[in-house]
Amino acid sequence: MRKENKSEITDKQYIYAVARIRSKELSLISKSDIEQLMSCKTEIECLRYLADKGWGKEGTHTSDQILASEREKTWELLKELVEDISVFNTFLYGNDYHNLKAAIKQIYKGTNNPNIYLSNSTIDPNIIIKAVTERDFSLLPEHMREVAEEAYQIQLHTGDSQLCDLVLDKAALDSIYSHGKASGNELISQYVELKVAAANINIAIRSVKTGKDEEFLQRSLAECESLNKSKLIQSALEGMEAIYEYLLTTDYSDALPALKESSQAFERWCDNRIVEYIRPQKYNPFTLSPLAAYLLARENEIKTVRILLSGKRNDISDDIIRERLREMYV
Amino acid sequence: MEILNDYGIVLALAGAVLAALIPGMASAKAVSMGGIAGAGVITEDPAQFGKVLILQLLPGTQGIYGLLIAFITLSQIGILGGEGDISFVKGALYFAACLPMIIVGYTSAVRQANASVASIGVVAKKPDQFGKAMIFPAMVETYAILALLISMLAVNGVSGLSI
Repeated sequence: MRKENKSEITDKQYIYAVARIRSKELSLISKSDIEQLMSCKTEIECLRYLADKGWGKEGTHTSDQILASEREKTWELLKELVEDISVFNTFLYGNDYHNLKAAIKQIYKGTNNPNIYLSNSTIDPNIIIKAVTERDFSLLPEHMREVAEEAYQIQLHTGDSQLCDLVLDKAALDSIYSHGKASGNELISQYVELKVAAANINIAIRSVKTGKDEEFLQRSLAECESLNKSKLIQSALEGMEAIYEYLLTTDYSDALPALKESSQAFERWCDNRIVEYIRPQKYNPFTLSPLAAYLLARENEIKTVRILLSGKRNDISDDIIRERLREMYV
Repeated sequence: MEILNDYGIVLALAGAVLAALIPGMASAKAVSMGGIAGAGVITEDPAQFGKVLILQLLPGTQGIYGLLIAFITLSQIGILGGEGDISFVKGALYFAACLPMIIVGYTSAVRQANASVASIGVVAKKPDQFGKAMIFPAMVETYAILALLISMLAVNGVSGLSI
């Protein structure tokens, strides 16, 4: 047993993968690239600059196509680097639940739009569509079966899309959290902790603004270590100031200025904190963490470039665009 | 005691065999780790082959040092030369003389491999920093050399003892 564990540890050093990632990190978007992009006058100029950096592929012309192709490239690389891609399932469960949501809605409305499904997922969207169409939820992975049926029944019998979304969003958070914590990887564990806590904070704040009751909060908030669910619910029922006061006693006290500013500012704070988490991985030559860090860094740069391109497209002033940009990994 | 003296050569041979075996195994593992990391870099940038090859080979020296100690020991105990009549105590002393190379050879090779892999990561990102990157694994080599030195002196010293 001891021998097996040792060999497992050696196999999971990801030496080859991390060495390749080190080379790949050279082509990540840096602060100076962001400055270059900011100095471009139009979106077209930005796209030209990105094309020179190797972004996009044959046949990609619009910014959405280029960004989608970059995400594809990242996943193709990761699939090539690790024998078992399921180690990254934590990052894909969100897409699975998005696809499930889309399938339930499409089947309920009787529409058929294949473009709304996300391709990077742990289950083929066609299996999800088949499961919902035939009401055979056993086709889905265990963690989705029960909740898929529940959400489907809610949508079918009540037509309440919001409640259906709520059930699936909560299940997505629970799956992401449990898989991330079970991974045994510190970085992934930190990531899921922040992801679930940030989602809980957003839900609590929105519930104050829309006057939701305790039952709604009980059904929407996911359990996590860094936030006490019952205290957050209590605070949300008391009002915005109570939420701020409660958060002051948690790991998220630094987020208060951003939270008070806007939800976009809080989202930016969360993204920057993820970059803070992943930065030490630049110097780690072993384990899965540098690969997870690369994935998160790529997601961060795609998001940042999307914001920048959208700002240029809509003639938003540079100062406002800069306020929205994220910290970069390199 | 007379019977034990028949086993002196066994102890001495065990020391020589382990000196070749243990650091050799560790070096094989260490060079393989460097090779795996090197292959990762070469996949993306084949121009770095020469640099990563040197870093890969650094932890391979422990195997050579172990072989050297084994060879010197074998040439002293009557297998490849020297006196064949080895008492139990002398055999035990040969075994003890090989221990620094066996133990330090193993541990330093594995640790040097970690440093080499990290340095290969440096070369992947900053090829111009190869000189500095090479120093980190090379520092670990110091302790393998010290162990080699003490094992070599001890084996030679034991051969001169009349016990």
